[in-house]
Amino acid sequence: MLEGLASNDRSVVEAIYRDNYPMIQAFILNNNGNSDEARDIFQEAMIVIYEKSVSGSFELNCLLKTYIYSVCRRLWLKRLQQLQRYGSLIENVEETVAVEEDLEIHEKHNADFIIMETAMSKIGEPCKSLLDAYYIQKKNMQEIASEFGYTNADNAKTQKYKCLVRLKKLFFAQYKNGN
Amino acid sequence: MDELLLIETVERYLRGEMDVKERGFFEEIRKNNPEIDQMVVEHTFLFNELDKQANIKAFKHSLYEVENKLAEEGVVTKAELTTKAKVVFLWKKYKRSIAVAASIAGIVSIVTAASVSSYNNTSKAEKSDIIDLTAKVNEQEKDLANLKNTLRHDAGVISRNPNPDFRATGFLIDGKGYIATNAHVVAKLKTIYVENKKGEYFTAVTVFTDPVSDLAILKINDTSFKAVANLPYSIHKGSSDLGEQIFTMGFPRNEIVYGEGYLSAKSGNEGDSTAYQVSVSVNPGNSGGPVLNKNGEVIGIITSKNSKADGVVYAAKSKNIYSLLEAVKKSGDTANIKLPTNTSLRGLDRVQQVKKMEEFVFMVVGN
Repeated sequence: MLEGLASNDRSVVEAIYRDNYPMIQAFILNNNGNSDEARDIFQEAMIVIYEKSVSGSFELNCLLKTYIYSVCRRLWLKRLQQLQRYGSLIENVEETVAVEEDLEIHEKHNADFIIMETAMSKIGEPCKSLLDAYYIQKKNMQEIASEFGYTNADNAKTQKYKCLVRLKKLFFAQYKNGN
Repeated sequence: MDELLLIETVERYLRGEMDVKERGFFEEIRKNNPEIDQMVVEHTFLFNELDKQANIKAFKHSLYEVENKLAEEGVVTKAELTTKAKVVFLWKKYKRSIAVAASIAGIVSIVTAASVSSYNNTSKAEKSDIIDLTAKVNEQEKDLANLKNTLRHDAGVISRNPNPDFRATGFLIDGKGYIATNAHVVAKLKTIYVENKKGEYFTAVTVFTDPVSDLAILKINDTSFKAVANLPYSIHKGSSDLGEQIFTMGFPRNEIVYGEGYLSAKSGNEGDSTAYQVSVSVNPGNSGGPVLNKNGEVIGIITSKNSKADGVVYAAKSKNIYSLLEAVKKSGDTANIKLPTNTSLRGLDRVQQVKKMEEFVFMVVGN
């Protein structure tokens, strides 16, 4: 199941959603949240387990349900604190497992993600679209060349490398500041 | 070594595209040259980050799609149902301060009422300043259309270029061929044609109009039109917030044009509550174009702009489409229009969003 998640298998994502989302929604609605927030929290939890399954270090010592519940509970407590909506949690009698460490890793990933995104947004066009097409959407060089109006794939390639140099500079400048 | 060349080499090295000999040679260089080694390490890191970025984005996209699917089945509920609990909670929390605020507001409003009303009268835009955004098609364009027509005819394509007098925009609200546009657009037209971005013409008829909110619904009655199973955008039922980023597409010229801006007021001209004021650059021809938020939900339809003020554009609220259909249903009409309620554009970047939806935005022409 987790392998399916790591390879972004739609049916696995759907199965996990189906099995666990109603529980999380009930929990958040019971605790001063609305269903938009429930969806946000649940999606973030999905990303946490996705990252964990990709890293290959995911050894589950409890039910997946318990793990998801624990992550969402932690995330929601944190969100409540940020929003300054205090109050005691109304909970079902669910057991929880410690997830603090995993969430720290997730936050680090999140920070990296944001640094990359800001770097991408700063390099300007056509660099941004070019790198996005190649590295994020994984198009091949031929397609890109015709889409961006380069005379041939080699020209597009040279341009792509130039862009990459700029991205690298911006990325590491940010990255070193943040760490 | 030239930096570009080096990056290329590193990329090939990391992807395992080098043969054994080249690989050995490159590793030798790495060992003997700490500067190059450092670069390889940095690039490996950068590529990894880019890869992660790509994967997370793809994963988020499938999350959104799954969520949409489940929302359709009712497993995931939408926000409207649950906001009550939050309001109660806030009410309890702020009961006292609200009471105080209300009494102060009461006094202030009595004092200021007189002066405000006189000011209001002067600030209203003159009716004549509000222009609708239907474009007159000029002679040159007509000639061009005729030329296209002949060319198409020569190529053996059957064409029904109507040699139009007016041009506006519309978009599909039901894949069966129902198009939303403005009432003032169709009021001017006796025969109506719609053209998609591929240049295919279809004949259409007006089925419903609501002059108050300036909405009209057309139906393509052309046999050559193929029904669309799923529209990528949804029609938003709720209201939108000030400052929301919006974008629109329309036909101020013979080609589809994209524009973006923000929602600047929750009412239209003279406090018209059926419309929004948006700030986006539009021109005659944009009338009837969809206004979408960042999630790809249609929140309004471009109707008119104030010719004397800068960047003041009005858009009919999308919930008017729902109320129009409701009214039609009550009057006993049997047209079965099902508005799309889920967007598959969430989480995509703008270029992708536009690409996915532009074929459902039509040029509305006629004479």
